[in-house]
Amino acid sequence: MSGPIISLSGVQKYYGDYHALRDIELDIAEGEFFSLLGPSGCGKTTLLRTIAGFEDASDGALMLSGRDMKGVPPNKRPTNMVFQSYAIFPHLNVAENVAFGLRKHGLSAAQKDAKVAEALAMVGLEGYGGRAAHALSGGQRQRVALARALVLQPKVLLLDEPLSALDKKMREQMQGELRRLQRQVGITFILVTHDQEEALIMSDRIAVMFEGRIAQVAAPQTLYRRPETSQVADFIGVMNFMPATAQMAGESVETEIAGLGKASLAPDQCPGGVATGAVHVGIRPEMISLVFEGEEVKAATAKTTVVEQYYYGDMTYYDVALEGVEKPITLSMKNIVGRPVLERGAPARIAWDPRALVLFSA
Amino acid sequence: MSLRVYAIAYLIFLYLPIFLLPLFAFNDSTIIAFPLDSLTFRWFYELWETPALHAAVQNSIFIAVLTAIFSTLLGICAARAAAKYEFPLKRPIMGLIMVPLVLPEIIVGVSLLVVVVQLLEWQLSTWTVVGAHVLICTPFSIAILNGAFQNMDTSLEEAAQDLGETPFSTFRLVTLPLVMPGIISSLLISFTISLDEFIIAFFLTGADPTMPVYIWGLLRFPQKLPAVMALGTILVLLSIILLTIAEYYRRRGLARAGLKDKGGFL
Repeated sequence: MSGPIISLSGVQKYYGDYHALRDIELDIAEGEFFSLLGPSGCGKTTLLRTIAGFEDASDGALMLSGRDMKGVPPNKRPTNMVFQSYAIFPHLNVAENVAFGLRKHGLSAAQKDAKVAEALAMVGLEGYGGRAAHALSGGQRQRVALARALVLQPKVLLLDEPLSALDKKMREQMQGELRRLQRQVGITFILVTHDQEEALIMSDRIAVMFEGRIAQVAAPQTLYRRPETSQVADFIGVMNFMPATAQMAGESVETEIAGLGKASLAPDQCPGGVATGAVHVGIRPEMISLVFEGEEVKAATAKTTVVEQYYYGDMTYYDVALEGVEKPITLSMKNIVGRPVLERGAPARIAWDPRALVLFSA
Repeated sequence: MSLRVYAIAYLIFLYLPIFLLPLFAFNDSTIIAFPLDSLTFRWFYELWETPALHAAVQNSIFIAVLTAIFSTLLGICAARAAAKYEFPLKRPIMGLIMVPLVLPEIIVGVSLLVVVVQLLEWQLSTWTVVGAHVLICTPFSIAILNGAFQNMDTSLEEAAQDLGETPFSTFRLVTLPLVMPGIISSLLISFTISLDEFIIAFFLTGADPTMPVYIWGLLRFPQKLPAVMALGTILVLLSIILLTIAEYYRRRGLARAGLKDKGGFL
């Protein structure tokens, strides 16, 4: 692979006094499925629109496949976008929508028709060419928007929250299809989403953004297991935070965690950097388990009481109170055959693997 | 029940005078009074036989067509600017453009006469009427076109640019077709307004009277009154047809954009 297809350095965006993008440094590789993830107003859409050319960066450089994009309008960029509203042209039918971008490509009518048919087949809409735009369902509109962008074979496909308007079932189906489509065409996809699960399922890498800044760029597993800041950890999935004191002991960090006791953390368990003194230690709910009578555990254990129980069908989530800790911690258990579901107020023994602990400064 | 009575009374109040027009237009008597005489078409025939009227009608149509085109063009520019751009004093400016909508026409007519004759020292002509009609029709065009432009999802224009079109070809390929129903509606309505506008035309018309001004002149001759009724009948029919077409296009525009109807003229 030769160089990144998109490279942003020192990109800033101001709207008057409002600082929408701060010091964006980002390289995206060719063929990557990359997600921009963050809460609303974090600047992820602004960043996407900057790449597309609808916004001009106030400062910094944006390189697209080695070319500086400063002052290049959207129609001259090798990117295509799937809009949040899909932006299907209501006065054109499906085939005309898909063929819209091919107008200036100097193709014969037959070549155009073949390309349109191919693009529609790719998104599973064979034979829909003659349909009127307003006669399409939400999922179909989205597929048309995809076909319309992909038929131009852009270097980069930009997707602005493409699944947020779909219902849950449809969304889950489209997540799989988008992923498959991306592998099939090999084009770089950049997806903007506020849905952390969606980002984890679909992406090769994810950039988590808060308040115009990129907090962390990592592969889904790294992001989930080794978040660099408590903010990232809190945004992605559920994380229990416990106050702790830490001190160095050779390579590793010795911690005294409120409610859980002593634990020794390896350097990779401090993704945000080694810290000592008053710190927080985090652990995911599924990394803690209940220990039932007669079970043998090698891991560390502690005595607790069930404060609250949430039954999800496949899983049960428990809030359990640790001795000497004010805030209960959350843990989850898979509901396998023969495993009881504990009720509120029941005493419980919990076990955890210290390798699942993550250290956060402050 | 009482509401139904009210509604019917309201409609009678609105439409009875208009209903009287065809009644007397087909009545075989020069006196506009009940009881009615026998049925006749001679008043329509008399219209056909009056060359001065034909000249006035031609003049009016010429003025109305130009007015419709100019006010719609101005309306497109203003509505587009209001929908797409933010600029200082946008609200006051848009408000001021709409003021002729509520100004008494007689005031507009007198002041335009002063401006044209005293300040600019122009000859009164068909063109001065066109200018004045553009002034009073532009607010209507803007009101209609504002809706059309604002109902349009801006991401449609962005999508066209993203797919390789320049701002100009985007306007031609996406914006224009989508606001076209609004444009047609604006053309028809400003045409209708200009066609039967009397007060301003009365002040600003030159040697060639417009149709309403000509009709006003006819009122001095009582024996011509039934012919005026016949003309009125034709005009009412024409107005209804034009407004219906305008409303049809407005609704089609909404349907195209997949929007719900929120008011309108009919």
